[in-house]
Amino acid sequence: MSNAYEKYYVPEQSPWPFVGAVALFLIAFGAGHLVNEVTRDKEGYGSYLLIAGVAILIFMLVGWFRNVIDESMTGLYSKQMDRSFRQGMSWFIFSEVMFFFAFFGALFYARLIAMPWLDGASNNAMTAEILWPEFVAHWPMIKTPGGTETTAMPWQGLPLYNTIILLTSSVTLQFAHTAMEQNKRGQLKLMLLLTVLLGATFLTLQGYEYVHAYQDLGLKLDSGIYGNTFFLLTGFHGMHVTLGAIFLLVIFLRILLKNHFTAHHHFAFQAAAWYWHFVDVVWLCLFVFVYVL
Amino acid sequence: MSTITTDPHAHGDHHEEHHHSPPAGLKRWLYTTNHKDIGTLYLLFALTMFFIGGAMAMVIRAELFQPGLQLVQADFFNQMTTVHGLIMVFGAVMPAFTGLANWLIPMMVGAPDMALPRMNNWSFWILPFAFSILLASLFMEGGGPGFGWTFYAPLSTKYSGDSTALFVFSVHIMGISSIMGAINVIVTIFNLRAPGMTWMKMPLFVWTWLITAFLLIAVMPVLAGTVTMVLTDKYFGTSFFDAAGGGDPVLFQHIFWFFGHPEVYIMILPAFGIVSSIVPTFARKPLFGYASMVYATSSIALLSFLVWAHHMFTTGMPVFAELFFMYCTMLIAVPTGVKVFNWVATMWRGAMTFEVPMMFALAFIVLFTIGGLSGLMLAITPADFQYHDTYFVVAHFHYVLVTGAIFSIIAAAYYWLPKWTGHMYDESLGQWHFWCSLISVNMLFFPMHFVGLAGMPRRIPDYALQFADFNAFISIGGFAFGLSQLIFVWVLVKCIRGGEKATNQVWEGAEGLEWELSSPPPYHSFTTPPHVK
Repeated sequence: MSNAYEKYYVPEQSPWPFVGAVALFLIAFGAGHLVNEVTRDKEGYGSYLLIAGVAILIFMLVGWFRNVIDESMTGLYSKQMDRSFRQGMSWFIFSEVMFFFAFFGALFYARLIAMPWLDGASNNAMTAEILWPEFVAHWPMIKTPGGTETTAMPWQGLPLYNTIILLTSSVTLQFAHTAMEQNKRGQLKLMLLLTVLLGATFLTLQGYEYVHAYQDLGLKLDSGIYGNTFFLLTGFHGMHVTLGAIFLLVIFLRILLKNHFTAHHHFAFQAAAWYWHFVDVVWLCLFVFVYVL
Repeated sequence: MSTITTDPHAHGDHHEEHHHSPPAGLKRWLYTTNHKDIGTLYLLFALTMFFIGGAMAMVIRAELFQPGLQLVQADFFNQMTTVHGLIMVFGAVMPAFTGLANWLIPMMVGAPDMALPRMNNWSFWILPFAFSILLASLFMEGGGPGFGWTFYAPLSTKYSGDSTALFVFSVHIMGISSIMGAINVIVTIFNLRAPGMTWMKMPLFVWTWLITAFLLIAVMPVLAGTVTMVLTDKYFGTSFFDAAGGGDPVLFQHIFWFFGHPEVYIMILPAFGIVSSIVPTFARKPLFGYASMVYATSSIALLSFLVWAHHMFTTGMPVFAELFFMYCTMLIAVPTGVKVFNWVATMWRGAMTFEVPMMFALAFIVLFTIGGLSGLMLAITPADFQYHDTYFVVAHFHYVLVTGAIFSIIAAAYYWLPKWTGHMYDESLGQWHFWCSLISVNMLFFPMHFVGLAGMPRRIPDYALQFADFNAFISIGGFAFGLSQLIFVWVLVKCIRGGEKATNQVWEGAEGLEWELSSPPPYHSFTTPPHVK
């Protein structure tokens, strides 16, 4: 708190938060109905509500960010405001870490505790004997106690390439950041574009891997705890990569079309970069714990 | 609007001001970026939810007035216990604390507003929508969620109705709201403190909320993960909580309580902060042991991550785990004891007066401690085998949540109401509210200890005949407690509409930045920061 305390900017009234609340309501209400309709083969209006909600959310995000960008470009934000944004983004990423922690926790519990118990470890000999005498504890669990069979996804090949691609994208993003700080705009654009393209490649390969899993390996969302953890962890990671890539793409377009950001003033770029590195670290954990081990 | 600072030499006070007064009409509330408006919205929302959740409790107590099934179907009874719990936790207590945080933290740390005012509005406005979804699900074919607020699998996966998807998505929105609210609080405290307000000069309410916000950001995402797994287990064929597919229903309890135990401290830590503000004011002495309060709060928060499985002693765990969780749980009694000791020591030889906020704070100290002590009994693993899922547990958590959290919120409302509205509330009506609440709440919850120890199970709409007299007595206490809260509404309405003008300091012994602002405070509290000596 040693530096001078500047005058604080409190934004004018804004309709966007309320519009966003309506959007989230439609998304939740629509999704709640859609889930029932899809899984029960019923007709309904869930999908319309959901689509309307997503459309309004996108509209809201565009409007809200346009406001923020305008305010930022007219220099209304002090250094203190910038710190608030940075800290807010860091805590948001921490909350995301905890979200993934829940699914990794489920993975570790299933693998290290539930699976041995189902096979009679600890004091569960009779559980195994009476319920599922055939079951053998083995990870990846290619045969569940209930008898569902599947094939494990090997880490060699596609997942390894994807790891290399995503790690490379973090490096190119770091180069972009350095270029931004040294005011080398050409290199910045090139490296940022490269990062987005690497992200898109990753997503394409990941989509291909899903098709491969469903069609060739018989590895599906409902193939027992191995398939469950595999698809939910990689699926949520994929959603985050998608968001991160869109975030970076918007930053790229702002640089390309509007020449936004300076060497010292580029919070949005920084936030997108943090997010991207976070997604990268999650992937590393995924690669180790879901694919390799 | 003149700028209020404690330092007459504060630089640049009469800048171009955008917000001299709030805009009129509905737009003020829908589009607001003002921490006071948003705080008011949160508090009014919480009060509304308190009465809706309370109405459900009345249904429960009416059904339990006599043994046998009289008024409602067993299914509907289950929905009432479930939605009562969800509403009181996520709709009443948490938003009320967030409302208090919004109103008070910027004033207490000398900031003009919360750090991220627009996000602040978003985190409020998604809440009413989330609860409309939850409440609407009660009217669906097949009824609303009836698996308890803890939504244990397989009750919520294999044996639940179509409303489960709506439940899941509404909990997601509540979680988003809490996380955004917590990020705002934490950033405001880290970044917007007035110069000179060092960490160990912050009011305890700010400290306890800082730690609460950290807990929220750490565990609400875990809740989101839990409900997501429930959703996929129920609808998309996963088997996280199904042993046949290699999962485990016990896994559900571990993940849920990893969220759930910090969650109960989320609902009590701000209460500690409130009581630590009120007791020194009416004892006219500084708080005893400020630093130890800060350390006690932090250690309670840290321990809260290591005790979750004490909710699952009877579920089955290796003995080592049961003992670990038992000892960790008992450790929490130490920092909590430090707090109670400090409050009592603050009052020691103080020049005490007993206005309504102080009465509620005193009741909090005594009754919360009773709830804490029954918690210690429940922490003893072998004893818990007897108490588990009986009314003893219901008595325990209602003592800590109603006479704990809710009483502290009511105390806070009385304490800061003159600051917020500029008027004194009606003291004698307030005293009526206090005494009616105190007597009825103990009629309501104290006998639950006895019926619980005698073996009456919770969450069942019927009971054995020998519990009939106790339950009739409990129900009368329940109705009386519900009615007593109408006095509160009366006091609130009266105070908002008018009354004796409040001074800036309001209470003779009150200290802190918020008491240096006018009553009611200017629309934006501090446009330039005050200097804290």
